[in-house]
Amino acid sequence: MLPGTLFLLALVGAPLVVVVAYSFMSRGRFGVGVAGPFSVDSYVRLLFDTQLDGTKTFDPRYIGVFWQSIWLAALTTVCCAVLAFPMAVWMATRSPRTRALLVFAVTIPFWTNTLVRTYAWVLILNDNGPVSDLLGTPIGLLYTPFATAVGLVYVSLPFMILPVYSSAEKFDFRLAEAAYDLGARRLTVLRRVVYPAVRPGLVAGVVLVFIPSLGAFLQPQLLGGGKSLMIGNLIEQQFGASRNWPLGSAVAVALLALTLLTLMGFALAGRRGDQKASLL
Amino acid sequence: MNREANREANRTRRVDLRRFPAFATVSVLLLVFLYLPLLVVVAYAFNTGRIATIWEGFSLHWFGDVVANADIRNATTTSLQVAAVATVCSVVLAIGIALGLAALRRTARGAVMLVAGAPLVLPEIVLAVATLAMFAFLDVPLGMTSVTLAHIAFCVPFALLPIRARLADMDQRVFEAAADLGASPWRVFRRVTLPLLAPGVVAGALMAFIVSLDDFLITFFVAGPGTTTLPIYIYGMLRVGITPAVNALSTLILLVSLLVLAAAYFAGRKRG
Repeated sequence: MLPGTLFLLALVGAPLVVVVAYSFMSRGRFGVGVAGPFSVDSYVRLLFDTQLDGTKTFDPRYIGVFWQSIWLAALTTVCCAVLAFPMAVWMATRSPRTRALLVFAVTIPFWTNTLVRTYAWVLILNDNGPVSDLLGTPIGLLYTPFATAVGLVYVSLPFMILPVYSSAEKFDFRLAEAAYDLGARRLTVLRRVVYPAVRPGLVAGVVLVFIPSLGAFLQPQLLGGGKSLMIGNLIEQQFGASRNWPLGSAVAVALLALTLLTLMGFALAGRRGDQKASLL
Repeated sequence: MNREANREANRTRRVDLRRFPAFATVSVLLLVFLYLPLLVVVAYAFNTGRIATIWEGFSLHWFGDVVANADIRNATTTSLQVAAVATVCSVVLAIGIALGLAALRRTARGAVMLVAGAPLVLPEIVLAVATLAMFAFLDVPLGMTSVTLAHIAFCVPFALLPIRARLADMDQRVFEAAADLGASPWRVFRRVTLPLLAPGVVAGALMAFIVSLDDFLITFFVAGPGTTTLPIYIYGMLRVGITPAVNALSTLILLVSLLVLAAAYFAGRKRG
């Protein structure tokens, strides 16, 4: 066990320490790497722009990228949850053999190449593609936030369907039947009987969709064009073309912090949910 | 057994679609949504024309171009080499972690799982730039070695999942029995633990292999200019423009994923 743990500490733990350290340094010579003494300039830069005369003015560009990412990730998560819930419940009410087949069918896209799956939407949405053909006129779908969102929902969907399904599978649907017999209407049954049963799966799915979407790179890069820059693209730009590793590191650390906050939030919410359940 | 199945069927059949007719519709549409894009890529791979998205007729010649392309062959070899080494190493490390975890107390186990689970939870881009920063800090040259090391790290958690699950299902007393009968720890491991663990190890290896082949982002950052895996090559092709060759290559990759998945599926079924 020791070699494995040490290896992971060296290749997962140590890099995180290094990137935090880099975020508190300055740009290296020729923009490669980092140099110099401790500084918080990179974090200041996330919020303020320094003018020629040295005054700092609020600069919404980077915060805008964060806001756009959170918004797109939230939209993706909501779309996935709304779509996955009926499918998971439907899957759970099939015969055991059909269920196994459906789980396999949902798993296949999940194991196929992410780059290829994202690229598929470039083919579909571009102005010469099948969607434009169908509509008879190109409507400029590709390179929009919409295209990014579609790509994110597409690659994330199995991450929502599978956990929700694993909760729904354990649910005894005779309870729903009992609720009907007691006179509950369909929506009431869904809201008061089925939903609480699949809630743990939904919470897990939300975490599994929201966090990767927040740090997405390929979907905004290939489908969003320049118009829907997300945190992942900002980090890549700073480490690549802009050659500002400290700023890129600071953005990565901010993303890391957002991720941990999200995880903590859901852990707390989950615990509170458990307490509520035990009180009942 | 039969009775159990019947009860199961009754349990599921009673709340049927008359209650939620829209659910079946949504599900079928979602399945179409999941598969249609892949079918579009495959269909366009057989297009004659130079422009990827305008249909001009059926042809196989783009597949010929892809197979004949030396760069693509090199990228494929690189991808397979990295994936093979990453699979073997991550599985070995994961077996060690899984066996060690069972012997640990709760807090220590939590700490190890935190480290081993981190690549699953953290955004990939963070891990990618962090790994790049560390390699730069330690002056590790970017190339095959850096890519392989990074791949091993993010493959371990995927290999660990099925191996741990398998270990949890096993009756721990067989190890004690073997030891009581005088087997040395190494002999217990080789003759008892490993054969029983085998299905989990196979599943873990397949997962690690697919995850390694699939990876774009971490490879993109730690590869350096000389090391091109298949996803990196495709990304480069996409930057130049959408060509039918991309579709043909993508189709071949989809085919390989399907073959690996089918192998995993049948391997799992044969064991029952």
